[in-house]
Amino acid sequence: MATKYEIFEYDVLVIGAGGAGLRAAIEASAAGVKVGLVCKSLLGKAHTVMAEGGMAAAMGNVDDRDNWKVHFADTMRGGQYLNNWRMAELHAKEAPARVHELEAWGAVFDRTKDGKILQRNFGGHRYPRLAHVGDRTGLELLRTLQDHGIHQGISVHMEYTVVSLLQDGGRVNGALGYDRERGRFKIFHAKAVVLATGGLGRAYRITSNSWEGTGDGVSLAYHAGAELLDMEFIQFHPTGMIWPPSVMGILVTEGVRGEGGVLRNNEGKRFMYDDIPDNYKSQTSTDPEEGWRYTQGDKNAKRPPELLTRDHVARCINREVKAGRGSPHGGVFLDISWIKEKIPNAAEHIKKKLPSMYHQFMQLANLDITKEPMEIGPTTHYAMGGIRVNGETQATNLPGLFAAGECAAGLHGANRLGGNSLSDLIVFGQRAGEFAAKFAKENSPGQIIDAQIEAAQREAMEPFDRGAQAGGSGAEGPYQVQQDLQIMMQDLVGIVRREDEMARALDGIGKLKARAAKVAVYGHCEYNPGWHTAIDLKHLLTVSEAIAVSALDRKESRGGHFREDYPDKDPAAAKYNAVISKGTNGTMQLRREPIPPLPEHLKQVIEEMK
Amino acid sequence: MKTVTFRIWRTDTNGGGKFVDYTTEITDGLVVLDVVHKIQAAQANDLAVRWNCKAGKCGSCSAEINGMPKLMCMTRMDTLPIDKPITIEPMRAFPSIRDLVTDVSWNYRVKQKIKKFKPRKPDAEDGTWRMQQEDVDRVQEFRKCIECFLCQDVCHVLRDHHKHEEFIGPRFLVYTAALEMHPLDTEDRLPELRQAQGIGYCNITKCCTKVCPEHITITDNAIIPLKERVVDDFYDPFAWLWKKIRPQG
Repeated sequence: MATKYEIFEYDVLVIGAGGAGLRAAIEASAAGVKVGLVCKSLLGKAHTVMAEGGMAAAMGNVDDRDNWKVHFADTMRGGQYLNNWRMAELHAKEAPARVHELEAWGAVFDRTKDGKILQRNFGGHRYPRLAHVGDRTGLELLRTLQDHGIHQGISVHMEYTVVSLLQDGGRVNGALGYDRERGRFKIFHAKAVVLATGGLGRAYRITSNSWEGTGDGVSLAYHAGAELLDMEFIQFHPTGMIWPPSVMGILVTEGVRGEGGVLRNNEGKRFMYDDIPDNYKSQTSTDPEEGWRYTQGDKNAKRPPELLTRDHVARCINREVKAGRGSPHGGVFLDISWIKEKIPNAAEHIKKKLPSMYHQFMQLANLDITKEPMEIGPTTHYAMGGIRVNGETQATNLPGLFAAGECAAGLHGANRLGGNSLSDLIVFGQRAGEFAAKFAKENSPGQIIDAQIEAAQREAMEPFDRGAQAGGSGAEGPYQVQQDLQIMMQDLVGIVRREDEMARALDGIGKLKARAAKVAVYGHCEYNPGWHTAIDLKHLLTVSEAIAVSALDRKESRGGHFREDYPDKDPAAAKYNAVISKGTNGTMQLRREPIPPLPEHLKQVIEEMK
Repeated sequence: MKTVTFRIWRTDTNGGGKFVDYTTEITDGLVVLDVVHKIQAAQANDLAVRWNCKAGKCGSCSAEINGMPKLMCMTRMDTLPIDKPITIEPMRAFPSIRDLVTDVSWNYRVKQKIKKFKPRKPDAEDGTWRMQQEDVDRVQEFRKCIECFLCQDVCHVLRDHHKHEEFIGPRFLVYTAALEMHPLDTEDRLPELRQAQGIGYCNITKCCTKVCPEHITITDNAIIPLKERVVDDFYDPFAWLWKKIRPQG
């Protein structure tokens, strides 16, 4: 082989070191294969740390009526039955064991009075189900996996960006990346590759995602020939910070509402009572007193409407703001301080239950949430769609390529329930690791094709060439293109969508692609953020196009996808998923694929739980 | 709109560096990291800065702001005097990579050497354990750590005396304390704490506690109790004797 780059040889290469990637790496290495783990940031900084509320697992520690069947039915209801039912079933069955495993690895969850793992209420979950640590559960999960994983013999490559997947024939056998510190290209040659790159929220202007959430894995997979699924379903979390401007989009945990926080408009009215969807009426309280009792653990009380699914709450907030009943900075009020009317020492209670929220508002907004209401509004939070995978093995349609966590699709259908994401990471991270290791044991690594490496490297370096041609300044840089894309996606393919706007968005994406092909960066490739942004642009444009194409095709409203021109659900549209793939001419193709019918035993579960 | 000047440390390709002034306009409600990003986007595309969550939860954007170790994302501009330039430097206790980015890999190597969590046998037949909340409160405090390494940066044993080979620093004393005080853990990490990990180097000046963005009481709650355990274990003759003669198991 004539390649001039350093080559790392692994059985399994995991791309992404959040919860799913780390869990996959741990599983694969435990299976006895050689594992490499590549991440864009330092180890332990992944966006998983931002998850606050908890991880859903039907352990029944707080309410013994809970079991996998209820969790399964809740997940399917939340996903409006577009979910991959096999994933929803496995997730509900395996989450408790995965949570207990974290405890065996050192995680320290909050406890019940009898010493078990405490579970809290969350939107869309019938019983208290979220194992948690205050409101920093994601950090606990990630740190536990990190501290366990570093003793497993996994080779970690921190601050590396992957620019392309490598293929030999149809199968995936590695990746080309560069280290962000020095800008040197490296080849990762592997028998199997697991993508665990997380979300794509940076395609939008207001998002809870960090800079890393640029849809890399989804885009890398798509360009390699993998199929994408359900890309129209983006979750806008109802409660993001909106003031001051610098923190716009940062998440305010649903746990605030789980602990009794209420939403009010500028008239002081709890507007969530105005619109309770039919399929949740039987589970939702219309009496504020009952709703309060629910948050305090009364098993016989029904939940308050603030804890309806996230898509619905986000749209209700949108409606209040549009009707002129919003808060001064264009959101609504979220109030937890009112519970002082109900319990003694409320301020201490809030600080104990929601420490990082208290901290976040105190430090960033100079606001004491134990005394005043917060101003909040919807923020782009989570992609239900992503890489299409086999529900049991997490294998994509490309041999050797697996995906897990947010970058994979299927579990959440049209809308994800809070708390189902952290459990998704550990359940399907484990499975991806297991089956990737199995694939690696059964297959040879295949050849590295030099021409592929050269082409990918050349493409990645082009922005520098253009910078040099421009004579060191003057040509458009990547930031403006990125910003224009984010504004456009926010305005035209956001919470409320319309045919004409999305058509404009697709047109705009075409124009932005042309601009992206001309952006120039200057300087050298050592830790050069301009260059990194230029490389991310391709991913952002790819996922944005997939979102817009899928959203335009789905002529109904369901879950995270709301069409102003088709505001109702269409029963016919409940029967298919939108699948995106790259056509032979390089253009994006969409086809509707029928959802396989539910097997009888799962049908019964859903009937029982209605 | 107000005008502010940031005096940012820029490295050169020879391993040196100098402060460069950037003047920009700011609106209300910004944090230091916003202003750094603004400068990066408009005036210095290649300015290297590490960041992630922008909410004080990942501990990536550690720097020295007007000489104080802080997270850039959690330092509000209205807490700084803007009538004179604000200096932004990388953490000085670690080798420079570029501009505000430092090489913190030493921390990762140190952590790997600390013996991992080793739980006792499960308490229940289903393989689970029972712990009371009050027994885990202290450990949960330590586990709030976001690994920003500001405590390492400010610690004079590392920063001024460069004892990186002999002392693990406050972050890993907290980490060890979280393991040692974990109700389920059965491992003994005291011998190496005393020797290879150099707990004795800490002379409890509490600078680490002061800069901790998570407000972990590093010195009082983690380091001092560990020091006491080490002393009890190795220097208390009665404890020593008891260890020899106590019933085992």
